[in-house]
Amino acid sequence: MKIKILVLIIFYLISFFNLSYGANSEKVDQISKNLRCLICQGQSVYDSQSDFALSMKILIQNKIDEGKNDEQIYDFLKSKYGEWIVYDPEISKNTVLLWVLPLILFVFGGLLIIKKVSIK
Amino acid sequence: MVKNIKLISVVFLVIVSFFILLKGLNKTNNYSPNLNSSKIDFNFKAKFLYSDEESTLYELINEKDFSIINIWASWCLPCRDEHSFLLNLKSLDKLNIIGINYKDNEINAKKFIKELGNPYSKIVVDPSGVNSIELGAYGVPETILIHNKSKTILKKYIGPLDDEKLTELKMIIKNEN
Repeated sequence: MKIKILVLIIFYLISFFNLSYGANSEKVDQISKNLRCLICQGQSVYDSQSDFALSMKILIQNKIDEGKNDEQIYDFLKSKYGEWIVYDPEISKNTVLLWVLPLILFVFGGLLIIKKVSIK
Repeated sequence: MVKNIKLISVVFLVIVSFFILLKGLNKTNNYSPNLNSSKIDFNFKAKFLYSDEESTLYELINEKDFSIINIWASWCLPCRDEHSFLLNLKSLDKLNIIGINYKDNEINAKKFIKELGNPYSKIVVDPSGVNSIELGAYGVPETILIHNKSKTILKKYIGPLDDEKLTELKMIIKNEN
């Protein structure tokens, strides 16, 4: 019985430490979810455990501690790594197609449906 | 006969795609966009590998007209490959080579330098990787050529140096003032 309790206590202690180890501040999580991990493309910085992403999270925490707001942190990273690092690209000459194409497709599809319906 | 043609074309396709994929393996496909700013308008402090003193980035790059910042680690295999190229660059008068030891164990880092030679005039450590991120680095190895007077990044190589990059670096340093 004693052993069981001891094992249980150790188990909880370990899980507790793991929890606190993995926890970033909420703000860091929120920002890193919007950042593309550049060396493990397809993952966000939040999801990744690569060296790059881990350092990035520390950097974000440092910037927050310095009193920078979200906008400033995104701008800083964009100036270092380019627009590509954020998941939400701004409208610019290069990304205008990305923003406009779904709209065009939507309108085009709508017209197609209306045409079909009105023929019937 | 028809069956044969089918079989041959399938085998042919497999072989062709095998070689295309094999060739693709040699290509690094890290997409790195063009940067709008290559100005060094930031500064950070870092501790030296061989002493407990600290130095700032500005102090480090101030010594000569050009600085190469090379990010390396003893656990990084491609860093071994590119080391001879860095030793080669050491002979240039106008150039100062600074090493950033990225997320490394101090003992291993010193062993690495002892074994392969020291191309760096100064080595600073970056145990958390934050300084490298400030430089806009992706990982190891990475080489950044900095022009001191204008405080700009002239060239950045992601991945190990090779003959081609070495010639290009020397060209840039020769032509720029």
